[in-house]
Amino acid sequence: MKLSAHDLSVRVANRTILQAIGLTLEPGEFVGLIGPNGAGKSTLLRTLAGAVPHGGELTLDDRPLAGYSARERARRIGYLGQDRHVAWPLTVADVVGLGRIPYRAPLSRESDADRRAVARALSVTQMENLANRPSDRLSGGEVARMLLARLIAQETPILLADEPIAGLDPAHQLATVQIFADMARAGHTVLASLHDLTLAGRWCDRLVLLDGGRIVVQGAPEAVLTPERIAETYGVEARFDRDADGLIVVPLRLVGQHRREVR
Amino acid sequence: MNGPTTSRRPTKLRRRHFAACAVLATLVVAMTEPGLAADGAPGRVVSINLCTDQQAMAIAAPGQLASVSRLARDAALSNMADAAAALPANDGRAEEVVSLAPDLVLAGSFTSRATVGMLRRLGVRVEEFPPASSFDDIRENLTRMGQLLGRTERADQLVREFDARLAVLESDKSETAPKPVAVVYHIGNGTDGRGTLADEILTAAGWDNLAARLGLGSYGALPLETLVAGRPDLVLVGGAEASWSTEALPNARHPAIMAATDNGDRLMVLPDRSTICGTPFVVDAVARLVDERHRQAAHRRSGP
Amino acid sequence: MMRRPSFPALVTLLAILTAVLFASSLLVGPSDIGVGDAFGALFGNEGVTTMVMREIRLPRAILSVSVGATLGLSGAVLQGWLRNPLADAGVLGIGSSAALGAVIAIVSGLAYASPLALPLSALAGAGLAAILVFALAGQGEGGNGLILAGVAVASLTSALTALTLNLSANPFATLEIVFWSMGSLGDRSLDHVYLALPFMAAGWLLLASVGRSLDAMTLGAETASSLGVRVAWVRAVILFVTAAAVGGATAVTGVVGFVGLVVPHVLRPLVGSRPSRLMVASALGGATLLTMADLAVRLILPSRDLKLGVVTAIVGAPFFFRLILHERRRSMR
Repeated sequence: MKLSAHDLSVRVANRTILQAIGLTLEPGEFVGLIGPNGAGKSTLLRTLAGAVPHGGELTLDDRPLAGYSARERARRIGYLGQDRHVAWPLTVADVVGLGRIPYRAPLSRESDADRRAVARALSVTQMENLANRPSDRLSGGEVARMLLARLIAQETPILLADEPIAGLDPAHQLATVQIFADMARAGHTVLASLHDLTLAGRWCDRLVLLDGGRIVVQGAPEAVLTPERIAETYGVEARFDRDADGLIVVPLRLVGQHRREVR
Repeated sequence: MNGPTTSRRPTKLRRRHFAACAVLATLVVAMTEPGLAADGAPGRVVSINLCTDQQAMAIAAPGQLASVSRLARDAALSNMADAAAALPANDGRAEEVVSLAPDLVLAGSFTSRATVGMLRRLGVRVEEFPPASSFDDIRENLTRMGQLLGRTERADQLVREFDARLAVLESDKSETAPKPVAVVYHIGNGTDGRGTLADEILTAAGWDNLAARLGLGSYGALPLETLVAGRPDLVLVGGAEASWSTEALPNARHPAIMAATDNGDRLMVLPDRSTICGTPFVVDAVARLVDERHRQAAHRRSGP
Repeated sequence: MMRRPSFPALVTLLAILTAVLFASSLLVGPSDIGVGDAFGALFGNEGVTTMVMREIRLPRAILSVSVGATLGLSGAVLQGWLRNPLADAGVLGIGSSAALGAVIAIVSGLAYASPLALPLSALAGAGLAAILVFALAGQGEGGNGLILAGVAVASLTSALTALTLNLSANPFATLEIVFWSMGSLGDRSLDHVYLALPFMAAGWLLLASVGRSLDAMTLGAETASSLGVRVAWVRAVILFVTAAAVGGATAVTGVVGFVGLVVPHVLRPLVGSRPSRLMVASALGGATLLTMADLAVRLILPSRDLKLGVVTAIVGAPFFFRLILHERRRSMR
């Protein structure tokens, strides 16, 4: 399923958050959304999810997104926000089951399809043995994986994720981006905002660099992750390297900062 | 003792005797059976309001009142606590009232609307009496009560006695001499102004009501300062005490009030039972206040 | 840790409890009516006993169950929506606005014109509060807006109520409104049932439809929206429907607190914290609690006219102490 933004803009309380955004997300790609804090990444993701009033056009498979009902939209676009607060101590399985809400009629029981989707999501995120744990007894990383499982259980063609690997240990960070890459290969459309430039460079098919509410550049990781671009947008000097699997980008110091004295 | 001979005459006598007794019994039963009294007066009356309790107890025929409210037994609130104790008490709930099978229920106009509505809905006759705020109200309520209970003569008698006693007490007043000033003080700066029962009691007893003089109507606010500045000759504190003594009233002992009343010498309790309900017993309050007026006058004459 | 009962089992248990308490409520009263006589009179035609059963005890039992259900349900809905375990209908200012309507009816003398004047006036007060809260809270998705607006309206209406009493020449008005604010089911008739039940029943049906939305709100308004919940619409529905249902209930019973707060709290662990399930459980739990309280009112000090709200407060306050202790123990783990 293809999600396209054309000349998208968002204004909140007389401030322009996003401007002239032109972006197309195709099935089978894992797109990384990068940019400094305050660039508007979260707003862009929320707008693409259909939650924010905007100027310009948003189309889903060339049909205006506004033409879909809330439920139809929820079956096509899944959104994983930054806010990881779960209000009540539901079990992990119940939280993951919330991803099935767009498919369930009011007062209906869980269907087989629901149960299978939840089981699959738990297995992919390796949360099976925690299925009956109340969600207030989980570590931060486990909560993040639980919420990712919710997104997976929603079984949407398009996935939008806002900083999905924040706060995860290296193993789980890698496991998460691996999941996204696998889902893209299986035909989903994935857009995730990332701060880790190495992971973004190695795992994403395409990168979109956002700064000050505008898209600075989008394209293949090699084209986007250049020393000049990084210095300009992030204000950091980084070490660039390559290995068999892709780019390695390590921020080392702020632009203009001297090397640390060797004692 | 006697022989087993039974003569005819005794048998006839017995039959006539029996017949006469039967007729008499029927008449007695007919006259005392609820609801069947000859003049149509209600035979079984229940009162669920403190004020109607007292009025009804004063006027009703023996056995006519089936129950009065529990408050009527409280000597602090009721002038007829002893009489009330002899009657079954009710808590004013529709279910218990209905079980008493009354012909008439007496209530106050501020009795719970739900209860009054429920009783009427169940087909029970309810007559409501507004609270009395003047002697005329008292007379009116008594007269109406007499009509409702079929005891107009008794009611008229009470009104006559009320008027007679009042006349005696009021005749005592001088037309020319300036009246001493009294004021009623409730905690929270409340007072009884013009148009209240307390006001009329004071006036009848020959006092000038400070609150009325200040133009306060009904239940007005009287700041303590204003009270003290008015230099009242008598301060009456409203109290739920059965007696007129101030001993049990710590809240009356505000230093300013004590100072204004010669260290409490001119301070009295006005028991709630005298003013909550308009009953003929207000005359007792008038009498008490007349006595106080005399006592103060005598005290002044005997010099400081 | 106790094994959690299955949801159908819990619901069945609560339903049975409610039914038993309903029946018990029919058997309690100042006049001595035996069990057989009571039910016989209820369905038959036995003069005074039938009158007592049908016109006095039956409406009271119906109201205790339905008002309790409404309060429990609304508490669960508001806690779920606002994601705050301390929310109940009071937070929206409904109780105090209904009280304002009631006091205006008392002071203006309207209440003495007809037995239903006071409940209707209270209902109008609750309705106006809902409109005001809605207007003040704006369209924002955050729960805070709603709570702040509710607190503002509650403060305003409490102040106006106090002002009205202050300026009133009627000394009985203060007493009446104080008692009304303590809640009571005494001598409520079928007319009261006909007035309140439509609002409450409509409330139950409409609120049942927002169960899924409440579940989705567990993850916040943003995620809920992405799951297909029309947040602004559901928020408006919850506000107005709760106001109507709770307003209708409060109009006939006066203000009864703590039920909407306590019942969802107690039952939450038993339904795995799922908001949609908590709604059903809380409705039954509320019916149970309020009927028990109404039984207590009639059995403990029957001659002293103990108020319903007093009993629920006496139950509710220690509950909060327990909650505090429990939270402290939890945070020390």
